[in-house]
Amino acid sequence: MTNGKLDSKVPPGPLEKKWQEHCFNSKLIAPNNRRRFEIIVVGSGLAGASAAATLSEQGYRVKCFCYQDSPRRAHSIAAQGGINAAKNYQNDGDSVYRLFYDTIKGGDFRAREANVHRLAEVSVNIIDQCVAQGVPFAREYGGLLANRSFGGAQVSRTFYARGQTGQQLLLGAYSALVKEIKNGGVQMFPRTEMLDLVVVDGHAKGIVVRNMVTGEISSHAADAVLLCTGGYGNVFYLSTNAKGCNVTATYRAYKRGAYFANPCFTQIHPTCIPVSGDYQSKLTLMSESLRNDGRVWAPKSRETAARIREGKMSPVDVPEEERDYYLERKYPSYGNLAPRDISSRAAKEACDDGRGVAPTGLGVFLDFSDSIKRLGEHVIRERYGNLFLMYENITGQNGYKTPMMIYPAVHYTMGGLWVDYNLMSNIPGLFVLGEANFSDHGANRLGASALMQGLADGYFVIPHTLPVYLATIKPGSVTVKNPEFESVRFEVADRTRRLLSIKGKRTVDSFHRELGMLVWDKCGMARDKAGLEEAISRIPALREEFWKNIFVPGQGEQLNQSLEKAGRVADFLEFAELMCRDALAREESCGGHFRTEYQTPDGEALRDDDHFAHVSAWEYTGEDTPPVLHKEQLKFESVSLQTRSYK
Amino acid sequence: MNLKLKVWRQENSSATGRFEQYDAPGIPDDASFLEMLDIVNEKILEKGGDPIAFDHDCREGICGMCSLVINGTPHGPGRATTTCQVYMRHFRDGDTITIEPFRAKPFPILRDLVVDRSAFDRIQQSGGFINVRSGSAPEANAIPIPKNKADLAMDAAACIGCGACVAACPNASAMLFVGAKVSHFALLPQGQPERRKRVLSMVAKMDEEGFGNCTNHYECEAVCPAEIKVDVISRLNREYLAASTLSLIEPLPNAAAEGVA
Repeated sequence: MTNGKLDSKVPPGPLEKKWQEHCFNSKLIAPNNRRRFEIIVVGSGLAGASAAATLSEQGYRVKCFCYQDSPRRAHSIAAQGGINAAKNYQNDGDSVYRLFYDTIKGGDFRAREANVHRLAEVSVNIIDQCVAQGVPFAREYGGLLANRSFGGAQVSRTFYARGQTGQQLLLGAYSALVKEIKNGGVQMFPRTEMLDLVVVDGHAKGIVVRNMVTGEISSHAADAVLLCTGGYGNVFYLSTNAKGCNVTATYRAYKRGAYFANPCFTQIHPTCIPVSGDYQSKLTLMSESLRNDGRVWAPKSRETAARIREGKMSPVDVPEEERDYYLERKYPSYGNLAPRDISSRAAKEACDDGRGVAPTGLGVFLDFSDSIKRLGEHVIRERYGNLFLMYENITGQNGYKTPMMIYPAVHYTMGGLWVDYNLMSNIPGLFVLGEANFSDHGANRLGASALMQGLADGYFVIPHTLPVYLATIKPGSVTVKNPEFESVRFEVADRTRRLLSIKGKRTVDSFHRELGMLVWDKCGMARDKAGLEEAISRIPALREEFWKNIFVPGQGEQLNQSLEKAGRVADFLEFAELMCRDALAREESCGGHFRTEYQTPDGEALRDDDHFAHVSAWEYTGEDTPPVLHKEQLKFESVSLQTRSYK
Repeated sequence: MNLKLKVWRQENSSATGRFEQYDAPGIPDDASFLEMLDIVNEKILEKGGDPIAFDHDCREGICGMCSLVINGTPHGPGRATTTCQVYMRHFRDGDTITIEPFRAKPFPILRDLVVDRSAFDRIQQSGGFINVRSGSAPEANAIPIPKNKADLAMDAAACIGCGACVAACPNASAMLFVGAKVSHFALLPQGQPERRKRVLSMVAKMDEEGFGNCTNHYECEAVCPAEIKVDVISRLNREYLAASTLSLIEPLPNAAAEGVA
């Protein structure tokens, strides 16, 4: 374990001046020189699309890659509830500092102060930018922008577009991107998947990709590579992520030397539709905004819960005094808007206590009857109509008439590649934006902050921090003719050939499901030493079986969805072990990382700031040797470390 | 429930396609349509076969990647849903389900049920945006927008770009899609400066890509998962007429360069 290798490059000076002064003190690239630099952007979600568009506007030549058939489909599109910004339009006491503070506290004091403050600072610009692009945010009758409340905050600072905020923000970023494609500044490569990173003389100089229609494997060289490839929630197989979301880009970069930070920090979202059977392919989120008007409860008695499970009793017939509104009871000052990690664990507790209500026993109620009585059904319909429709579609039940059933599900990953203040990884020239990096959310992300971070990184941070690196290099110094490209391309092609040639007996999905169940069980909402050690010993065996017994049909030179999945699952099988190792090494509970050995007498997470107020950054050392842990000590200069309380 | 499937299989864009029959026994009511296909594909794989290729991603009805024509209807039974949000409880034991790709000349088949909808991206590139550089935006509340206008813009902006409207239309018209884009921007004050140029460019591109014209079948509205109404087509026609008429007396500065006189 070493300290020396990680320099966060946080600028000196007072917190609120750091960003401004950093922008001023940093080197620039003159407008007429920018076209000499070629930038690769992998991913076209909020972070990728906004970065690609903005860099192109500034004059850089950009190549943008996405695995979907159109950049407009990246999974940012599925975000429902909203985006935070410290506009204080409600005059309810919000400020940049409060957004910063809420985010640091929400993250259980495991994020880097300077990055989070910058995020809060630029949050206000994001709203301006999106409105100018034509994002149809919700408005009040006077024509001004409306806000709603979200978890972990006592102010109303969330901007939204019905239940489709992510869609509207992504379409805004996509419109900026297509504008630049038209202008010739961005070359777009849809249905193209990054399969490896090319590092030349220690600098990231390009990527190797597979065209998912023709199967052609090709190399692309550039002066910098930006990974905007999202999170790794699909390591659990069942998650709210899109089916295609994967860890391959960041994991391949890790294997090429980039450090992976805090992989054990995964977010389990409290309000998802419960699992209904083993055929299930994904979990569906019901926006956290529902907790503004819905009350979460479980029956007080196991007997009542059992009768509901067996269909002998309807939840609407449970009398008030037999309902346990456990969030309101345990966290009176935040109530149903307690942060996600806390709400999820509380749901698990109720179910572990035998008071779960779904047929599987894994579910609690989200009840709108009080709000409907108070405001009328039409108001609830206007606020959340599409969510109720989605719920009815999936479960066949009417959420206006009977309480919804919810259960926590894997939703977001706070961990990601380690980056410095400039969003550059420890590999010079490799930048990581959005969910793919680790930097802003600590051990738990607050609702409506993912959209904020993706767009902050792409529209407002990277345009200022990328030149810091570019100013130190000679543009175009490496081309795909460099032997390193040929060798990586060969490795990628060889791996594809191996996957196709095994012709074993098991399908890719069967391995993915098995891995998912294992990590959900041992490294999910609650973790302990014995379980993590067991997972770490079982994953290599599963990996070994995969490489002996996988069946991938067809050829490489065609559209081959089994092959795509196999490559991703192969990486998940390695990554899962790293995640468990990180969870094992972090002998404390914080945010979404709950080690059962470390809890307060009333079951809350027990942090150990003396030993674990650091970022754990893992270095790959080879297939047969364990990764090496590097620590970035977190310095809290502006806030004081305290026990997080929402009571 | 036990089902029979008739599925369109096609090796690649130049190969000849054909229907193939599959048995789908033991499908749970609560499975989604795509989970039903997952189950069938696992069975095909267990026998060493090639699984059915189909597009999908978010599986929660918003990304617009899933497609499929189910028993003759794009996105299958149920109003206002994508294929991924169709649940098997809508079918009956013993049913035979026919599954085809979205069929339209501008959407060539890539493999089995996977089609190429990049024509939509090219239409959007031709003008479906507001020219605003990052960092140059005015304060967000500087321009109040009446709630009803903002709501109408949002109704149009809800389009998920799936292409079902094209697949449902006997003319393979993309006017619901283009109408939604044009309406979204035309309804907002931010969209005014480029309003004329936008509609002319997008319609020209739509024609160039080979999409047909609207002849009022309204099949598009019936299948649209985002409930986009044909009103947006009326608005598109109105915007187009106004823009082209005005261009006669007040030409757009670079109309010639854009190829949209």
